[in-house]
Amino acid sequence: MIRTGEALGDRGLGWAEARGGSGDIVVSSRVRLARNLQGYPFPGRSTVEDRARVLETVRTALGEVPEVPDIDFWRMEDLDRRQRDLLLERHVVSRELVGEGEPPAHAALALWVDDTIGVMVNEEDHLRLQALTGGFELEETWRKVDRLDERLGELIAYAFHHEYGFLTACPTNVGTGLRASVLVHLPGLVLTKEIRKVLEGIGQVGLTYRGLYGEGSEVVGNLFQVSNQTTLGKEEEELVGHLTRVVSKVVDYERSARGRMLREAPGVLEDKVWRAYGILRHARNLGAEEMMNLLSALRLGISLKLLQTPRVQTLNEILVFGQTAHLEEAAGGTLGEVEADAARAAYVRARLQSDES
Amino acid sequence: MLCEDCQEREAELQLTAIIDGEMRTLDLCSVCASARGLSASSSTPAPLADFLAQLGSESGATGEGSEEPCPYCGITESEFRRTGRLGCPQCYAHFEPQLRSLLRRLHGSPQHVGKIYMSAGSEAGDRIARLSAMRRRLQRAVDTEDFELAAELRDRIHEMETAE
Repeated sequence: MIRTGEALGDRGLGWAEARGGSGDIVVSSRVRLARNLQGYPFPGRSTVEDRARVLETVRTALGEVPEVPDIDFWRMEDLDRRQRDLLLERHVVSRELVGEGEPPAHAALALWVDDTIGVMVNEEDHLRLQALTGGFELEETWRKVDRLDERLGELIAYAFHHEYGFLTACPTNVGTGLRASVLVHLPGLVLTKEIRKVLEGIGQVGLTYRGLYGEGSEVVGNLFQVSNQTTLGKEEEELVGHLTRVVSKVVDYERSARGRMLREAPGVLEDKVWRAYGILRHARNLGAEEMMNLLSALRLGISLKLLQTPRVQTLNEILVFGQTAHLEEAAGGTLGEVEADAARAAYVRARLQSDES
Repeated sequence: MLCEDCQEREAELQLTAIIDGEMRTLDLCSVCASARGLSASSSTPAPLADFLAQLGSESGATGEGSEEPCPYCGITESEFRRTGRLGCPQCYAHFEPQLRSLLRRLHGSPQHVGKIYMSAGSEAGDRIARLSAMRRRLQRAVDTEDFELAAELRDRIHEMETAE
């Protein structure tokens, strides 16, 4: 069933559980497919009427796809600024979909109630299908989005070219339209100053990296989003498999960097982790960026068993629920910067305390 | 503000990192940021557009007769070069000569080898191409011992074969 106008604020976070392997280093795995409809210009060049028709076509088709659970459906224009920010903070929409000032006409999101799959409509391409899983689960994530793509493709006529594959607005996405990405936490490589070498290596094997919030975003809290750069000339499984192999290597490097730090400077490391815990557990004001950086030390501490609590799931949830729009939603009103920092500190204290008991 | 590394160029972006065991925020220029292994993509909103502009200035002669806009959506080649985005699916046919070399440079290959798509009204030839692509995927799934995918592909292939 497709539901409209449901509130987002009171839902959990489907991927936070981090069931996948290497959940202490790999935060999440994501695969997205770019698709366009035959017979319409790409959204950037569509009329408002065309965009409305595309949206209606997609919405109808989604309602007919078998094996689909309940779906929440939001048109960006129908949401206020904070609600759109909530979606951004959850990484289920892109900046492009919500727009800079007013949202673009008939830009929309369909989100599975369990948060595992989202479909952006009228973004850069007519459709961006994406699946998201906690931990290192690229192949399962790919299969999930592939299955939806197969079903949806039977109901909607995609723009496809025998030579260039699935056609996209930007030639960097053409072919498979597939972008697989993995959010990895690499404090060991950053602290041992090996990160540069690793990132260069990633570039040499056809992969690229970004910050937490996608293209153009800064690397915060030692979280790197690694993804494939090319989409044409390779099969989907090959692209996913290649990323999986490279990220597995990066995870190995990260583990060995952590092991070395633990052998060479255990006291320094332990102090860093516990200081971070102390601040997060007791601070009365906490900036978003400061929180992200301190959470990085906690995540490291948990992974190295220097800390017993919090759980990785709690860390993942704080990463999202500790952002400003989510704090505002919980407070039921707009927060100034000072108020937001105080609300953030209170939220984090409460979450850490409840994991202690 | 000047870049904290070179103290010469204007700082364009902020980098937050752990440096000598301390969390620090650095204001850096794009040159020093990339020297630290970070891309300055935040200061280049349309990297493909830059790449395209460069391509144009290198070869010089790509413009012959190509200012003819796409008959379907009306986009011109210079517009595409500026924004990095095509206007509609038909642009791929209209700008084919220019696109082919661009795709080769971007992806290393201009030929799609992934999933074959067949919409409801497709020709028999498409069906055969799709079946053979799916068999290829099935073989790969078996080779990599991805039995869940293999089973699913086998069912889909069976479905297609019996529908013929």
